[in-house]
Formats: sequence, C-alpha cells, structure tokens
Amino acid sequence: MTVEEVVPKNADHLDAYIDAAAQVLGLTVKPEWKPAVRANLEATFKLAALVAEKELPDDAEPAPVFHA
Amino acid sequence: MPSPRRSSTPEPAFDSAWTGASGIAEAVTAGRVSAVRVTEDALARVMERDPLLNAFTDVLAERARRRAQTIDAARAAKQPMGPLAGVPFAVKNLFDVTGLPTRAGSKINRELAPATQDSPLIARLEAAGAVLVGALNMGEYAYDFTGENAHDGNAHNPHDRSRMTGGSSSGSGGAVAGGLVPLSLGSDTNGSIRVPASFCGLFGLKPTYGRLTRARTYPFVSSFDHLGPLARSARDLALAYDAMQGPDAEDPVCADRPVEPVTPALARGTDGLRIAVAGGYFRKGTFPEACVAVQRVAAALGANGDIEIPEAQRARAAAYVITASEGASLHVERVRTRAADYDPAVRDRLIAGAMIPAALVNRAQKFRRWYRGEVLKLFDQVDAILAPATPCTAPAIGQQTFVIDGVEVPVRPNIGIYTQPISFVGLPVVAVPVPLSPLPIGVQVIAPPWREDIALRIAYALEQAGVCSAPRPTF
Repeated sequence: MTVEEVVPKNADHLDAYIDAAAQVLGLTVKPEWKPAVRANLEATFKLAALVAEKELPDDAEPAPVFHA
Repeated sequence: MPSPRRSSTPEPAFDSAWTGASGIAEAVTAGRVSAVRVTEDALARVMERDPLLNAFTDVLAERARRRAQTIDAARAAKQPMGPLAGVPFAVKNLFDVTGLPTRAGSKINRELAPATQDSPLIARLEAAGAVLVGALNMGEYAYDFTGENAHDGNAHNPHDRSRMTGGSSSGSGGAVAGGLVPLSLGSDTNGSIRVPASFCGLFGLKPTYGRLTRARTYPFVSSFDHLGPLARSARDLALAYDAMQGPDAEDPVCADRPVEPVTPALARGTDGLRIAVAGGYFRKGTFPEACVAVQRVAAALGANGDIEIPEAQRARAAAYVITASEGASLHVERVRTRAADYDPAVRDRLIAGAMIPAALVNRAQKFRRWYRGEVLKLFDQVDAILAPATPCTAPAIGQQTFVIDGVEVPVRPNIGIYTQPISFVGLPVVAVPVPLSPLPIGVQVIAPPWREDIALRIAYALEQAGVCSAPRPTF
C-alpha cells in the first residue's frame, strides 16, 4: 500500500478533503483555523506515507495490547 | 490542635527544599523533623515561588496538614512509617484527586464533577507515607511538549523563567526543579515525563508500558499512555516507583506482575552491563549540547560502541500518526460542540487527527508490532542503550521554530523526536540530567521491557560518579 492510494495527492485535493471530511464528520473548520488544520494534516500524511512505505506481509499483526 | 507555626518548641533547622525524598523520609522516620514541619515548609515554598513558576493549579493545604499530622501521630505511636514518610509530592492535574475536577490542563474538564476517589498511584504513595500537597499545571489534554497552556498560563523553567519547562508534565518538572516538592508524578505518552526532566534538569522515570496502573487518570492515547515519577535523584525515583508498583484490575493494560523492588539493588553498580549509544537517527538533528551530554554519560559508563535502533525515524512517524488519530478519537465529540474552548494549537491538531484514514492508523499499528520485534532483538547484544532525551536545552517560551541540520522546523513537534521511538514500544527509560551551563539537558537510559532496575542502577551510578545531578536554580 502506498500513501497515494488513501490520501489526497496535492494541495487542492487536501483542501477539498478537509472540506469534505469536516462535512461528513460534522466538524466546523473556520476559515482562520484552516491553515493550521491543513498544515497539521499535511504533516501527518507525510509521516503516514513514511510508515506506509515499509513493506510488511499481509499477515502482519497490529500491535495494540488487549488482555481478555 | 494548635498550628505547628505557633509551636513553643521549634524544631532544629532542616532544609527540606533540597534534601530529597529519601533524606526527608529518613529524617521524619528518625524523628529529626516532623512531617508537619516538612509539609508546612513545602506549602510556604509553594506560596513563595509558585507565582514565579506557575507549576501548581491546586494547593491542598488542609488535606496535606491532616495527612502530615497522621504520620507524626503514627511515629509517636511507634507504628511503621513507610519508606516515603512525610515526603511532600504533587501530581499532574490529570490524576484524579478527591474533591477536584480532573481538569487535564483543559478549560472544559473543570466543569466535571469533583473526583470522589484518588488515583491508585496517589493512594499507593500515601500508603508509603507521602503527603499530597497539590495538583500541577500541564499542557492541555497532554497534547504538548512545551509547557505552554492557554487556560492556566505557561509553566516557567526554574533555571531560566523565560524558558519552557517542557511538557506536557510541565508543572511536574517546574515544581521539583524549583525545590517546591521533592517528588511529582507525570504522564508520558510520547515523552511528557522525559522532556520536562531534560529541560528542567531532573531524573524522570517512564516505566515499561503496563507497569504502573493508569486507573483514574485522564487518558490521552491509550496505546502509549504511561505514568511515572520525577525527582532530584535516582534513589527518590526508585523509592516512589517501588511504592507504586503492582497489578490493578481497574486498568486493563496494567500487567499482572508482582512488585519487583528496585531500591535494594540500586547501588549494585554497572559492572557487567553492556551499554551502547544509539547511533544513526539519534545522532541527527541534535544541538551540540545534546551531543555533549550523551558523550559525557557514555564516557562515564565506558560505553564505546554504537548500536542502530532500526527504523527509528519510521517509528517516530508511526507514533505521531497513532497519537493524532487516537487523540482525535477521544476528543472529536467535544471538538464538534466546544471547539472554541480548546487551546487553538490543540484544537487544530485534533481536527486534523479526526480526518486521518483508518487504514493509515492500522498500518502504523502493524509497523509497531514489527518494530517491537526488531528492537527487542537489540537486547540480545546490550543491556541498555543511551540516547538524547531532547535535541536541545529548553527553548524560549513562545518560540515557534528552531534550526535542525540547517533546516528551520517547528519547535513543538520536534522536541520529542528522540523520545517517541522509545515509548512507541513501551521500553522503560530513566531520563538522567546532565548539568550543563547555563541550562541542563537529559539523556535517556533505555532498558529492556520490565527491567527498570537496570536503567535505575545506571542512573544511580552516574549520579555517584558526579556526571548526572539535578542543578539547583537561584531565586
């Protein structure tokens, strides 16, 4: 999986993604908040891309700890 | 009962500001000073110094006095005193404290009903004789490395009050470094004990993930949340840690392990321990002070070799993604309805975090499992790893950027670049203070899971060698 498969590819898409996600999630993003939200999301996607680039087998187990 | 301040038999001079928890407990147990006297002195220091530091959000004077009187009464009755007899301590205000709403550094949470029970870690410290004197400032909802807080005001570093304490356990750093109390509790999700320990020049312990119960504390990122102590010596950390260990069914993450005391073996020395310095990622982006600190510690321990923690940069990235997502998951409903009541810097990150696709978060958790396996293999070769705690000494309050490797980057997310890859897989760490001038800086002593004893032994040895110490500020 590459990050491009799941996240917007360029700046215009990121703005559109924020607008759409805010609407779907019922979140208000005031115009004056948007640059910071965008910067944070962009930084997170870049880091997520770094993680997603790591080749892992399909049967790799996620890590959360749960003791039943 | 008459006030101790009006006692007709004054006690001999005792400097409880800098004596440390173990020294106070010894003196109280031996009857050289009363718990009431130590408590009154701590309360007086809080009144005097906290206006400069803004470490405390709540002072529990009457509760502390009652508790101290109980300890003195126990001594008079020749009852057991406990290893922390009469030691004043304070907790980050995300711990439940009876009678206080657990504000977790926020505006919103102070509308909660007051807690009806103390956090079990508070109860365990008090059962060992310690005296809770207050609750401490912190970054909003623990999403912070700076110690800045839009609601309660910024915490100030006792060594230079224009500088950050670090966060998010900001008051936990300022209160102990400023000599207000010898012991505090904080939480560490991505570095929030180790960063203030580094900036404030303290010893800080982030135990193994699952070692200390997190029951009745306000969460941030369950995957990474840890609790632990900050103090001015390794022995004080060990005493507090031993008092807090043990299973707790109230926290499903808390391990069902017996208490494994570390204090008895603290002075065993470091002979036979294989200690290496983290190379690669942990040598990039450091300011000169961080390099000097690691070199001094490594030289004192005879740690000559480097060891590569594989994929540490990716581990930090995955920790960042999981934090953003889990943090947003916790807060999204409040962000919908009360966005204006959040610190803007926290709000904007939570909104962004709510928009991260689940596939990316799951991917990060899969990477975490892989990385854990790779890191654990390292401990076949070594018993402990040294790494910087922070890339720099405390930045100025309000500072937005610094330059790392010639690139200007934002301060806030980059303070934790060396702590995040370690807490990501829950390894125990003692942050040890190297008293550089003008500001101290910390080094992480990283041990295998469940081997806090190793990290604390090394910290103690560094202290005995005079390499690490908590510097005293001037007021």
